[in-house]
Amino acid sequence: MDILKLAEHWRRAGNDVAVATVIDTWGSAPRPVGSHFVINGDGRFEGSVSGGCVEGEVVTEALDVIRTGQSRVLEFGVADETAWRVGLSCGGRIRILVEPLV
Amino acid sequence: MRLDILSALNREREKRSAVAVVTPLTGEGQRLVLADAVTGDPLAEDLSRAFRAGRSRIVAHEGGEYFIDVHVPSPRLVIIGAVHIAQALAAMGERLGYDITIIDPRTAFASPERFPTVVLRAQWPEDALPDIGLDRFTAVAALTHDPRIDDPALTAALTAGCFYVGALGSRKTHARRLERLAEQGIPADILSRIRAPIGLAIGAISPEEIAVSILAEITQVLRKGEDL
Repeated sequence: MDILKLAEHWRRAGNDVAVATVIDTWGSAPRPVGSHFVINGDGRFEGSVSGGCVEGEVVTEALDVIRTGQSRVLEFGVADETAWRVGLSCGGRIRILVEPLV
Repeated sequence: MRLDILSALNREREKRSAVAVVTPLTGEGQRLVLADAVTGDPLAEDLSRAFRAGRSRIVAHEGGEYFIDVHVPSPRLVIIGAVHIAQALAAMGERLGYDITIIDPRTAFASPERFPTVVLRAQWPEDALPDIGLDRFTAVAALTHDPRIDDPALTAALTAGCFYVGALGSRKTHARRLERLAEQGIPADILSRIRAPIGLAIGAISPEEIAVSILAEITQVLRKGEDL
Protein backbone atom coordinates (compact mmCIF):
# COMPACT_ATOMS: atom_id res chain seq x y z
CA MET A 1 0.00 0.00 0.00
CA ASP A 2 1.61 3.25 -1.15
CA ILE A 3 0.10 5.85 1.17
CA LEU A 4 0.73 8.94 -0.97
CA LYS A 5 -0.66 7.24 -4.08
CA LEU A 6 -3.73 6.28 -2.09
CA ALA A 7 -4.19 9.93 -1.05
CA GLU A 8 -4.02 11.00 -4.71
CA HIS A 9 -6.44 8.22 -5.69
CA TRP A 10 -8.94 9.23 -2.99
CA ARG A 11 -8.81 12.89 -4.06
CA ARG A 12 -9.25 12.09 -7.75
CA ALA A 13 -12.23 9.89 -6.82
CA GLY A 14 -13.83 13.00 -5.30
CA ASN A 15 -13.05 12.36 -1.64
CA ASP A 16 -11.86 15.06 0.76
CA VAL A 17 -8.37 14.18 1.97
CA ALA A 18 -5.90 15.36 4.61
CA VAL A 19 -2.22 14.40 4.72
CA ALA A 20 -0.48 14.20 8.11
CA THR A 21 3.34 14.12 8.21
CA VAL A 22 5.75 13.74 11.12
CA ILE A 23 7.94 16.85 10.80
CA ASP A 24 9.96 16.73 14.02
CA THR A 25 10.73 14.27 16.79
CA TRP A 26 12.46 14.41 20.17
CA GLY A 27 13.46 11.43 22.28
CA SER A 28 12.20 7.96 21.46
CA ALA A 29 9.56 8.72 18.86
CA PRO A 30 8.01 5.62 17.30
CA ARG A 31 7.94 6.80 13.66
CA PRO A 32 10.67 8.81 11.93
CA VAL A 33 10.39 12.30 10.44
CA GLY A 34 8.72 12.06 7.04
CA SER A 35 6.25 9.32 8.04
CA HIS A 36 2.86 9.86 6.46
CA PHE A 37 -0.69 9.20 7.61
CA VAL A 38 -3.56 9.97 5.23
CA ILE A 39 -7.19 10.49 6.17
CA ASN A 40 -10.25 10.92 3.97
CA GLY A 41 -13.56 12.65 4.58
CA ASP A 42 -15.23 9.35 5.47
CA GLY A 43 -12.75 8.90 8.32
CA ARG A 44 -10.82 6.14 6.53
CA PHE A 45 -7.08 6.23 7.11
CA GLU A 46 -3.79 4.52 6.16
CA GLY A 47 -0.22 4.83 7.40
CA SER A 48 0.92 6.03 10.81
CA VAL A 49 2.57 8.88 12.69
CA SER A 50 3.09 6.99 15.95
CA GLY A 51 2.70 3.48 17.26
CA GLY A 52 -1.06 3.95 17.25
CA CYS A 53 -1.02 6.23 20.30
CA VAL A 54 -2.16 9.50 18.72
CA GLU A 55 -3.69 8.48 15.38
CA GLY A 56 -7.23 8.75 16.76
CA GLU A 57 -6.63 12.36 17.75
CA VAL A 58 -4.98 13.11 14.40
CA VAL A 59 -8.04 11.78 12.55
CA THR A 60 -10.26 14.17 14.52
CA GLU A 61 -7.94 17.10 13.77
CA ALA A 62 -7.68 16.03 10.11
CA LEU A 63 -11.45 16.10 9.67
CA ASP A 64 -11.37 19.63 11.08
CA VAL A 65 -8.55 20.57 8.69
CA ILE A 66 -10.63 19.23 5.79
CA ARG A 67 -13.58 21.33 7.01
CA THR A 68 -11.63 24.56 7.42
CA GLY A 69 -9.15 24.06 4.57
CA GLN A 70 -6.35 25.32 6.86
CA SER A 71 -3.14 23.39 7.60
CA ARG A 72 -2.07 23.09 11.22
CA VAL A 73 0.82 21.72 13.24
CA LEU A 74 0.03 19.37 16.14
CA GLU A 75 2.38 18.51 18.96
CA PHE A 76 2.17 15.44 21.16
CA GLY A 77 4.25 14.64 24.20
CA VAL A 78 4.07 12.27 27.11
CA ALA A 79 0.53 11.20 27.98
CA ASP A 80 -1.05 13.57 30.47
CA GLU A 81 -4.05 11.73 31.86
CA THR A 82 -5.18 14.52 34.17
CA ALA A 83 -5.52 16.88 31.23
CA TRP A 84 -7.46 14.25 29.27
CA ARG A 85 -5.02 14.55 26.42
CA VAL A 86 -3.67 11.71 24.38
CA GLY A 87 0.08 11.31 24.28
CA LEU A 88 3.01 9.02 23.70
CA SER A 89 3.65 6.40 26.33
CA CYS A 90 7.24 6.04 25.08
CA GLY A 91 8.17 9.45 26.50
CA GLY A 92 9.07 11.05 23.18
CA ARG A 93 7.57 14.11 21.56
CA ILE A 94 6.47 14.60 17.97
CA ARG A 95 5.24 17.43 15.76
CA ILE A 96 2.82 16.60 12.99
CA LEU A 97 1.85 18.78 10.03
CA VAL A 98 -1.74 18.18 8.91
CA GLU A 99 -2.60 19.58 5.47
CA PRO A 100 -5.74 19.47 3.39
CA LEU A 101 -5.20 18.04 -0.10
CA VAL A 102 -6.66 20.68 -2.38
CA MET B 1 -0.82 20.13 -0.11
CA ARG B 2 -1.88 20.83 -3.66
CA LEU B 3 -3.07 17.85 -5.69
CA ASP B 4 -0.77 18.79 -8.61
CA ILE B 5 2.26 18.73 -6.28
CA LEU B 6 1.26 15.35 -4.82
CA SER B 7 0.62 14.06 -8.32
CA ALA B 8 4.04 15.20 -9.60
CA LEU B 9 5.66 13.77 -6.47
CA ASN B 10 4.05 10.38 -7.09
CA ARG B 11 5.15 10.46 -10.75
CA GLU B 12 8.76 11.20 -9.81
CA ARG B 13 8.76 8.49 -7.14
CA GLU B 14 7.45 6.07 -9.76
CA LYS B 15 10.43 7.00 -11.98
CA ARG B 16 12.83 6.36 -9.08
CA SER B 17 13.90 10.04 -8.95
CA ALA B 18 15.10 11.54 -5.68
CA VAL B 19 12.69 14.39 -4.97
CA ALA B 20 11.70 16.68 -2.08
CA VAL B 21 8.62 18.65 -1.11
CA VAL B 22 9.48 21.95 0.59
CA THR B 23 6.72 23.26 2.85
CA PRO B 24 6.95 26.63 4.62
CA LEU B 25 5.58 26.09 8.14
CA THR B 26 4.31 29.65 8.14
CA GLY B 27 2.81 31.06 4.99
CA GLU B 28 2.38 29.79 1.45
CA GLY B 29 4.68 28.52 -1.28
CA GLN B 30 4.92 24.74 -1.10
CA ARG B 31 7.05 23.35 -3.93
CA LEU B 32 8.61 20.25 -5.41
CA VAL B 33 12.39 20.08 -5.95
CA LEU B 34 14.21 17.36 -7.87
CA ALA B 35 17.58 16.26 -6.50
CA ASP B 36 19.30 17.14 -9.77
CA ALA B 37 17.73 20.62 -9.86
CA VAL B 38 18.85 21.88 -6.47
CA THR B 39 21.32 24.47 -7.77
CA GLY B 40 19.95 27.98 -7.51
CA ASP B 41 17.25 27.08 -4.98
CA PRO B 42 17.21 29.40 -1.93
CA LEU B 43 17.52 26.28 0.24
CA ALA B 44 20.13 24.63 -2.02
CA GLU B 45 22.56 23.79 0.79
CA ASP B 46 19.91 22.34 3.10
CA LEU B 47 18.36 20.42 0.22
CA SER B 48 21.69 18.90 -0.84
CA ARG B 49 22.37 17.80 2.71
CA ALA B 50 18.87 16.31 3.06
CA PHE B 51 19.21 14.40 -0.23
CA ARG B 52 22.65 13.07 0.72
CA ALA B 53 21.39 11.79 4.06
CA GLY B 54 18.05 10.66 2.61
CA ARG B 55 16.44 12.31 5.64
CA SER B 56 13.50 14.68 5.95
CA ARG B 57 13.95 17.61 8.36
CA ILE B 58 12.94 21.13 9.35
CA VAL B 59 15.36 23.90 8.37
CA ALA B 60 15.46 27.62 9.22
CA HIS B 61 16.05 30.16 6.49
CA GLU B 62 15.81 33.96 6.73
CA GLY B 63 13.51 33.89 9.73
CA GLY B 64 11.18 31.21 8.31
CA GLU B 65 10.88 27.51 9.05
CA TYR B 66 10.65 25.03 6.20
CA PHE B 67 9.95 21.32 6.25
CA ILE B 68 12.01 19.45 3.64
CA ASP B 69 10.34 16.10 2.99
CA VAL B 70 12.85 13.96 1.12
CA HIS B 71 11.81 11.00 -0.99
CA VAL B 72 14.69 8.85 -2.19
CA PRO B 73 13.93 5.81 -4.34
CA SER B 74 12.59 2.84 -2.43
CA PRO B 75 15.24 0.14 -2.29
CA ARG B 76 15.14 -2.44 -5.03
CA LEU B 77 15.80 -6.13 -4.70
CA VAL B 78 17.09 -7.93 -7.76
CA ILE B 79 16.89 -11.69 -7.35
CA ILE B 80 19.02 -13.85 -9.62
CA GLY B 81 17.32 -17.24 -9.94
CA ALA B 82 13.58 -17.86 -10.12
CA VAL B 83 13.94 -20.71 -7.64
CA HIS B 84 11.80 -21.85 -4.71
CA ILE B 85 13.55 -19.50 -2.26
CA ALA B 86 12.96 -16.64 -4.72
CA GLN B 87 9.20 -17.20 -4.47
CA ALA B 88 9.28 -16.62 -0.70
CA LEU B 89 11.87 -13.85 -0.99
CA ALA B 90 9.88 -11.96 -3.64
CA ALA B 91 6.64 -12.08 -1.65
CA MET B 92 8.24 -11.04 1.63
CA GLY B 93 10.46 -8.44 -0.03
CA GLU B 94 7.42 -6.82 -1.63
CA ARG B 95 5.79 -6.65 1.79
CA LEU B 96 8.88 -4.83 3.10
CA GLY B 97 8.51 -2.20 0.39
CA TYR B 98 11.18 -3.36 -2.06
CA ASP B 99 10.67 -3.11 -5.81
CA ILE B 100 11.39 -6.67 -6.90
CA THR B 101 12.95 -7.87 -10.16
CA ILE B 102 13.70 -11.54 -10.82
CA ILE B 103 16.16 -12.63 -13.48
CA ASP B 104 16.59 -16.20 -14.70
CA PRO B 105 17.29 -17.30 -18.29
CA ARG B 106 15.63 -20.66 -17.60
CA THR B 107 12.08 -20.02 -18.78
CA ALA B 108 10.71 -23.06 -16.93
CA PHE B 109 11.68 -21.31 -13.69
CA ALA B 110 11.00 -17.72 -14.73
CA SER B 111 7.29 -18.14 -15.44
CA PRO B 112 4.54 -15.66 -14.59
CA GLU B 113 2.56 -18.50 -13.00
CA ARG B 114 5.30 -18.94 -10.41
CA PHE B 115 5.81 -15.17 -9.96
CA PRO B 116 2.52 -13.43 -10.68
CA THR B 117 3.18 -10.02 -9.10
CA VAL B 118 6.81 -9.06 -9.75
CA VAL B 119 8.93 -7.92 -12.70
CA LEU B 120 10.28 -11.07 -14.31
CA ARG B 121 13.10 -11.20 -16.89
CA ALA B 122 13.68 -14.57 -18.55
CA GLN B 123 17.15 -13.45 -19.69
CA TRP B 124 20.80 -13.91 -18.83
CA PRO B 125 21.91 -11.36 -16.21
CA GLU B 126 24.38 -9.75 -18.64
CA ASP B 127 21.46 -9.02 -20.99
CA ALA B 128 18.92 -7.96 -18.36
CA LEU B 129 21.06 -5.95 -15.93
CA PRO B 130 22.15 -3.07 -18.21
CA ASP B 131 18.47 -2.16 -18.76
CA ILE B 132 17.65 -2.35 -15.09
CA GLY B 133 20.44 0.06 -14.14
CA LEU B 134 21.80 -1.25 -10.86
CA ASP B 135 22.53 1.52 -8.34
CA ARG B 136 23.42 2.01 -4.68
CA PHE B 137 19.73 1.76 -3.74
CA THR B 138 19.66 -1.82 -5.06
CA ALA B 139 20.24 -5.14 -3.28
CA VAL B 140 21.23 -8.17 -5.34
CA ALA B 141 20.70 -11.75 -4.16
CA ALA B 142 22.18 -14.51 -6.34
CA LEU B 143 20.36 -17.78 -5.72
CA THR B 144 20.91 -20.10 -8.69
CA HIS B 145 24.07 -22.00 -7.55
CA ASP B 146 25.04 -21.84 -11.23
CA PRO B 147 28.23 -19.80 -11.78
CA ARG B 148 27.25 -19.04 -15.39
CA ILE B 149 24.19 -17.18 -14.06
CA ASP B 150 25.33 -15.96 -10.63
CA ASP B 151 28.88 -14.79 -11.39
CA PRO B 152 28.09 -12.11 -14.02
CA ALA B 153 25.31 -10.75 -11.79
CA LEU B 154 27.62 -10.55 -8.77
CA THR B 155 30.29 -8.81 -10.83
CA ALA B 156 27.77 -6.26 -12.11
CA ALA B 157 26.38 -5.69 -8.59
CA LEU B 158 29.86 -5.06 -7.14
CA THR B 159 30.76 -2.72 -10.00
CA ALA B 160 27.53 -0.72 -9.58
CA GLY B 161 28.08 -0.32 -5.83
CA CYS B 162 24.83 -2.05 -4.86
CA PHE B 163 24.30 -1.62 -1.12
CA TYR B 164 23.87 -5.36 -0.62
CA VAL B 165 25.36 -8.21 -2.60
CA GLY B 166 24.59 -11.72 -1.36
CA ALA B 167 25.13 -15.18 -2.80
CA LEU B 168 23.63 -18.52 -1.88
CA GLY B 169 25.96 -21.46 -1.43
CA SER B 170 28.14 -23.16 1.15
CA ARG B 171 31.47 -21.80 2.34
CA LYS B 172 33.19 -24.24 -0.01
CA THR B 173 31.10 -23.08 -2.98
CA HIS B 174 31.85 -19.50 -2.03
CA ALA B 175 35.60 -20.15 -1.79
CA ARG B 176 35.55 -21.48 -5.37
CA ARG B 177 33.42 -18.49 -6.43
CA LEU B 178 35.98 -16.07 -4.94
CA GLU B 179 38.78 -17.82 -6.83
CA ARG B 180 36.89 -17.50 -10.13
CA LEU B 181 36.07 -13.83 -9.59
CA ALA B 182 39.62 -13.04 -8.47
CA GLU B 183 40.88 -14.58 -11.71
CA GLN B 184 38.73 -12.03 -13.53
CA GLY B 185 40.77 -9.34 -11.81
CA ILE B 186 38.31 -8.22 -9.14
CA PRO B 187 40.30 -7.03 -6.09
CA ALA B 188 39.92 -8.89 -2.78
CA ASP B 189 38.54 -5.90 -0.87
CA ILE B 190 35.71 -5.59 -3.42
CA LEU B 191 35.03 -9.33 -3.33
CA SER B 192 34.79 -9.20 0.46
CA ARG B 193 31.57 -7.21 0.03
CA ILE B 194 29.75 -10.37 -1.11
CA ARG B 195 27.68 -11.75 1.75
CA ALA B 196 28.06 -15.51 1.60
CA PRO B 197 26.71 -17.82 2.76
CA ILE B 198 23.76 -15.49 2.24
CA GLY B 199 21.53 -14.36 5.12
CA LEU B 200 21.87 -14.00 8.88
CA ALA B 201 22.77 -17.24 10.65
CA ILE B 202 19.42 -18.03 12.29
CA GLY B 203 19.40 -21.72 11.40
CA ALA B 204 16.93 -21.24 8.55
CA ILE B 205 15.86 -24.44 6.77
CA SER B 206 12.69 -23.87 4.73
CA PRO B 207 12.67 -21.48 1.74
CA GLU B 208 10.51 -19.10 3.76
CA GLU B 209 12.92 -19.14 6.69
CA ILE B 210 15.86 -18.56 4.35
CA ALA B 211 13.96 -15.61 2.86
CA VAL B 212 13.57 -14.18 6.38
CA SER B 213 17.30 -14.57 7.04
CA ILE B 214 18.19 -12.87 3.72
CA LEU B 215 15.76 -9.98 4.30
CA ALA B 216 17.01 -9.57 7.86
CA GLU B 217 20.56 -9.28 6.53
CA ILE B 218 19.52 -6.82 3.80
CA THR B 219 17.66 -4.72 6.40
CA GLN B 220 20.70 -4.74 8.65
CA VAL B 221 22.99 -3.50 5.87
CA LEU B 222 20.41 -0.94 4.70
CA ARG B 223 19.83 0.52 8.16
CA LYS B 224 23.20 0.08 9.84
CA GLY B 225 25.65 -0.31 6.97
CA GLU B 226 28.19 2.38 6.24
CA ASP B 227 27.63 2.39 2.50
CA LEU B 228 24.28 4.19 2.62
